[in-house]
Amino acid sequence: MTRKRRRLYIVLSGMAVLALAASLILMSFEDSLVFFRSPSDLVEKPVPVGRNFRLGGLVEEGSVVKDGVEIRFRVTDLAESVPVLYRGLVPDLFREGQGVVTEGQLAEDGTFVASSVLAKHDENYMPPEVADSLKEAGHWEPEDKK
Amino acid sequence: MTAEIGQFSLILALVIAILQGTLPLIGAARQNVPMMKFGESASFAQFLTVSLAFVALTVAYVESDFSILNVASNSHSLKPMLYKISGVWGNHEGSLLLWVWILALFGFAVAAFGRNLPYSLKARVLSIQGLIGVGFLLFVVFTSNPFERIDPAPFDGRGLNPLLQDPGLAFHPPFLYLGYVGLSVTFSFAIAALIEGKVDPAWARWVRPWTLAAWSFLTLGIALGSWWAYYELGWGGWWFWDPVENASFMPWLAATALLHSAIVVEKRDALKNWTILLAIIAFSLSLLGTFLVRSGVLNSVHAFASDPARGVFVLAFLIFVIGGSLTLYSFRAPTMKGGGLFAPISREGALVLNNLFLSSAAATILLGTLYPIFLDALSGTKVSVGEPYFNATFLPLALPLVFALALGPFLSWKRADLKGVLSRVKFSLAFVAFVLGISWWLTDDGPFLAFFGMGLFAWLVASTAIEWAGRIKLFRTSFKSSWNRMVNLPRSAHGMTIAHLGVAMIVLGITASEAWQSEKLEVMRPGESSIVGGYEFRFDGARELKGPNYDFLQGSFTIFKDGAEFVTLYPEQRVYASPPMETTEAAIWPMMSADLYVVIGEEDGKGGFATRIYHKPFISWIWAGAIAMFIGGGFSLSDRRFRIGAAKKKSSASHTPEAATGV
Repeated sequence: MTRKRRRLYIVLSGMAVLALAASLILMSFEDSLVFFRSPSDLVEKPVPVGRNFRLGGLVEEGSVVKDGVEIRFRVTDLAESVPVLYRGLVPDLFREGQGVVTEGQLAEDGTFVASSVLAKHDENYMPPEVADSLKEAGHWEPEDKK
Repeated sequence: MTAEIGQFSLILALVIAILQGTLPLIGAARQNVPMMKFGESASFAQFLTVSLAFVALTVAYVESDFSILNVASNSHSLKPMLYKISGVWGNHEGSLLLWVWILALFGFAVAAFGRNLPYSLKARVLSIQGLIGVGFLLFVVFTSNPFERIDPAPFDGRGLNPLLQDPGLAFHPPFLYLGYVGLSVTFSFAIAALIEGKVDPAWARWVRPWTLAAWSFLTLGIALGSWWAYYELGWGGWWFWDPVENASFMPWLAATALLHSAIVVEKRDALKNWTILLAIIAFSLSLLGTFLVRSGVLNSVHAFASDPARGVFVLAFLIFVIGGSLTLYSFRAPTMKGGGLFAPISREGALVLNNLFLSSAAATILLGTLYPIFLDALSGTKVSVGEPYFNATFLPLALPLVFALALGPFLSWKRADLKGVLSRVKFSLAFVAFVLGISWWLTDDGPFLAFFGMGLFAWLVASTAIEWAGRIKLFRTSFKSSWNRMVNLPRSAHGMTIAHLGVAMIVLGITASEAWQSEKLEVMRPGESSIVGGYEFRFDGARELKGPNYDFLQGSFTIFKDGAEFVTLYPEQRVYASPPMETTEAAIWPMMSADLYVVIGEEDGKGGFATRIYHKPFISWIWAGAIAMFIGGGFSLSDRRFRIGAAKKKSSASHTPEAATGV
């Protein structure tokens, strides 16, 4: 086999694998991109029932109700708020008045059924999406950040 | 005083790095031996000064010197000694100092162990190391000074994030950095080779040990991080496709590809340009990882601070390094002559395939990791690319790779006889059927992919074992002669076998734990029992206790197997005072066949506690597999052909069939 021939084989197989990778990416991108919505976004641009997305904001003061391993609370950006239902142990720093990001889907009754509640890792940390959406809603206090 | 010594040493190190980054390069261009030799002394001096700075910061932490801002914000006088020390790198400034220190350590190691390197190559390699050092020292000194003072000094420090107060995490960053920064050596060798315009098997032989070492440490570093996530975060998961994890996984994939392509350069003098490019890519991905994690673009436990100046600096450095090296590559690469020819079905062909799959996998992960960042920067739309994307793109690329991995070592160089190979792996198919039968009998249920994974595990184990047995002629000659063959087999061949078995162990661990995990989430009252994965978990109660720097709630679970008492586990909920924070400490009972994993949550006000119990089959095999890969890397590294002075013997030995099959 000549050098040219070999290079051709390598380039062809390289292109085949890249084409495979590209098609995998295209096939999965549409379904697996998870958009972030704040409660105000949700009022402006409603998300269809059953579509997966992330909802973030603050855990509304006085809204947390625990019933066994089920927990209900409201996520707010201080302008709008959305009721959330989650079945599971909430992360260590889940607390009223603190930032939270949940992932899940809206149910028919408008409740956001969360499949996961994302943890923050320390009390200073504010999920960047939440910080931005609070800024937009005009309730950002910079000293919160540290 | 210690702070000033540290500060001064850092500035001295910067000056030395600037000299190290220029003089030997000029010397090599002019064939000026004293200037080239200066690279070695500069590497020693740089290692010494950076070590002094590192020791100074460590002393400040051990003595709890809160007049230093960094110590005051990240340490606390009540913290156990281990965490005072690991706190040194548990923050942005300190971790960068660790980065620089390891960089200096590698420079020192190249200067000390590279005795048989040609003067000019060594000078250039050390110079490039020096230039990388300049970049990072500038960053540390001007944007992330660990020795900054505060006045007045606080009475006590703020403490280290309790999640980081953990033995697994004390060692995760050093190992990860040994891997990240180890790739800088390969990078420097690649750039030096581009400048010289020469890549030959000897070059590959000099580079391979550094790649092997970096890869082994990176493997261990990533495994430690995932193990920590598994037992510390209390979610039962061990890999989240978090951008920060991807940041360490991409260089690992590139390093794995590099490790394999360098073999082709060494044995067959082919794939040279590609190998050089991979070395550049691997280190660029390390730098990108550092950028993603350190710049605050990504917020997570790893982003200690977000300061735009830092991000801009790292980004500029990143563009300079990647852009500069790729430009040099585009000028120099076409001048390099390709080497030995080979047929598509050959060892070389298999290694090309390995490289294609590994680099495509790294590319899909890169896209998934960077896409949200770009989208946010360009349009302000916030999205996250999560597990579904990575599962859908990474798995279809990884599975054929693992399948082919079993066959690769059988193929001979240049042109291989596929039929002969397939007849040798007949037994593997029998073993696959056997393992599938057992899995079916034990579980009689599970997704198709799970059985596919089990089959893949069996296929890889059996084929790797057959290949190894074939080398020592097990059962085909006397046991004594096989023993002798085993002892005389190159260590790198044993290393390959062990590392490939490690891959099989990981496949088993992931498959079994993902497919057949049992989980129960419920409120339990003292005395109540729950059956998960065939074990009975009895909740005995919970009590409040006091730890060294935290208060905690401790639950007690007695576990019964077949009605007999088996073990008692004590999960905890901790409340730290400084910084004020709660953590969940899962109680885990690891076994060969499964892990029992218990988490206790808050009281529900009616005497019950929220609990989460998992039975995770074979999950510890994931980390055991990673350790096997680390050990395999170590075995290969101890191969005599990489040792000092062994290079000459090698060139004649590489033509014997024994050595030719060694990897």
